[in-house]
Amino acid sequence: MSAVTVPAPALAPANQTLVIESPRRRAWRRLRRRPAAMVALAVIAVMILAALLAPWIAPYDPIQQSWRAVRKAPSAANWFGSDEVGRDILSRVIYGARASLSAGIISVGIALGIGVPLGLAAGYLGGWTDALLSRLTDAMLAVPFLILAIALAAFLGPSLTNAMIAIGITATPIFLRLTRGQVLAVRAEDYVEAARAVGNPHWRIALRHILPNVMPPLIVQVTLTIATAVIAEASLSFLGLGQQPPAPSWGSMLNTAQRFLSQAPWMAVFPGLAIFVTVLAFNILGDGLRDALDPRTK
Amino acid sequence: MLTVISKRLTQLVPTLFFVSVLIFGLQHLLPGDPALVMAGEERDPVVIEQIRRQYRLDQPIPVQYLHWVRGVLSGDLGESMRLKEPVLDLVRQKLPVTLQLAVMSMIVALVLGVTLGILSAVYRGRTLDHLVNVVGLAGISTPNFWLGIMMILFFAVELGWLPASGYVSPFEDWRQSLATTIMPAFVLGNSIAGVIMRHTRSAMIQALDSDYVRTARAKGLSEGSVVLKHAMRNALTPVITLGALEFGTLLSGAVLTEQIFSIPGFGKLIVDAVFNRDYAVVQGVVLVTATTYIALNLLADIGYILVNPRLRA
Repeated sequence: MSAVTVPAPALAPANQTLVIESPRRRAWRRLRRRPAAMVALAVIAVMILAALLAPWIAPYDPIQQSWRAVRKAPSAANWFGSDEVGRDILSRVIYGARASLSAGIISVGIALGIGVPLGLAAGYLGGWTDALLSRLTDAMLAVPFLILAIALAAFLGPSLTNAMIAIGITATPIFLRLTRGQVLAVRAEDYVEAARAVGNPHWRIALRHILPNVMPPLIVQVTLTIATAVIAEASLSFLGLGQQPPAPSWGSMLNTAQRFLSQAPWMAVFPGLAIFVTVLAFNILGDGLRDALDPRTK
Repeated sequence: MLTVISKRLTQLVPTLFFVSVLIFGLQHLLPGDPALVMAGEERDPVVIEQIRRQYRLDQPIPVQYLHWVRGVLSGDLGESMRLKEPVLDLVRQKLPVTLQLAVMSMIVALVLGVTLGILSAVYRGRTLDHLVNVVGLAGISTPNFWLGIMMILFFAVELGWLPASGYVSPFEDWRQSLATTIMPAFVLGNSIAGVIMRHTRSAMIQALDSDYVRTARAKGLSEGSVVLKHAMRNALTPVITLGALEFGTLLSGAVLTEQIFSIPGFGKLIVDAVFNRDYAVVQGVVLVTATTYIALNLLADIGYILVNPRLRA
């Protein structure tokens, strides 16, 4: 969205124009002023590019075993070393980014897709709809995140897709509750009353007038929940409930690495670092976005 | 205030109902037929039928639910199909282990989180503040199981200072118990410390900007006294209350941490139960966890109301 330029007030000098900045542009300008957030954004961009370009940038086939390169320490040939069956760890970390990032993004997409419409309905309609959805949310939030995700992933069967669905369902109440709270705050605003007074249908008021105004906290929550989802996917894969071998995943790589800690510590170091850096980047970006989207920030 | 608390208690009834439905539903979410699992390799149809009758698996789901709720209300959480032990007994055996870990983790989290949070607030905007924020964020972003593996690598494999895994009860040998639980407690406490640090920082900043702190400074009190006696005392109460809410994070974290350090607690119990399709155990553990979490949430709410007079109306 571009900045809107409007004519200057009558008292202003003739050659000056008053520039009203769009909220998106303002947020981007504020975000750019935060070096940590920009570095985090760059790290996320590199991770996404690595995941997308994995077949071209990974030095080896991630599932190709080599009995001559079993548990080799990091070297010029294998930058991150090799694993217990001679697979190149750098290649597996690069391919593993696909599992982790897609799990983070898709599961949060599922949570958004279910949580936001239900949160809008709960906040906007109120009454029984709100009471029912709120208690359901409370019940889901009362069961610790990972325990519920493990139970759901076990029910659906061990696979990356099912892990994403399990994490997505588990994260849904977070978005439902957040959207509901935001809608309740916005519902009584003058512009919503005005939209109602001119006869807009409920769906239009909810989607065109309320939803855009509850987006900033949702954007921040999306970023932070992707970080949680990346850890959750790694946890499920670590337990054998996510990505299945021989396909690489940071969590399952750590599970294998645990058995070879004294002989090949590099097997544990690099997949863990990859999770840490990715999660940290999303958390820093989330923090930066929170500040950038906060109207109280100059 | 009583009205607010009673309203909060009333809201718990439907929440607990939904929790019970959700937990009971887990039995039907887990894969496979439990009767087949219990029947063993031979899968004798007569035995399978007998198992179905014994565990009421042949009855309609609402009937099974009502029977389960009745049992739960009278303290009967069912029997482990694999271990042939009442679930309540298993809970009694494993809960103290996880509670010991939880208490130790909370101590680690509070000591680290509160200290760093205060330092960050006092040195607001300076290098130390930025550094502490990065450390806090790094703590939140470190996967528990990776930190656990790295600590085993360093303290057990490389230095040989601590045992890599296992558990000893404090009643048997408290030194050995401390040695086996210190690493998992740090791993668990680390993630919560980051959250507590952030809460402490914002509460302390608010307190340090308040009028009573300005008055204390104007009276000529030392900065240490202003920070530790005046600001901290007021800032910490809601922080400790909020710490209770982190209990869920702690239990989630315990699942993997106990797995890594081979600690026979709640987390290991639920993972083993999920993989062995031991439905009653899964339900029992999740139920106890959820109820504890709800109770702590309620206590946190009440605590918050008690320390914040504006919420009492």
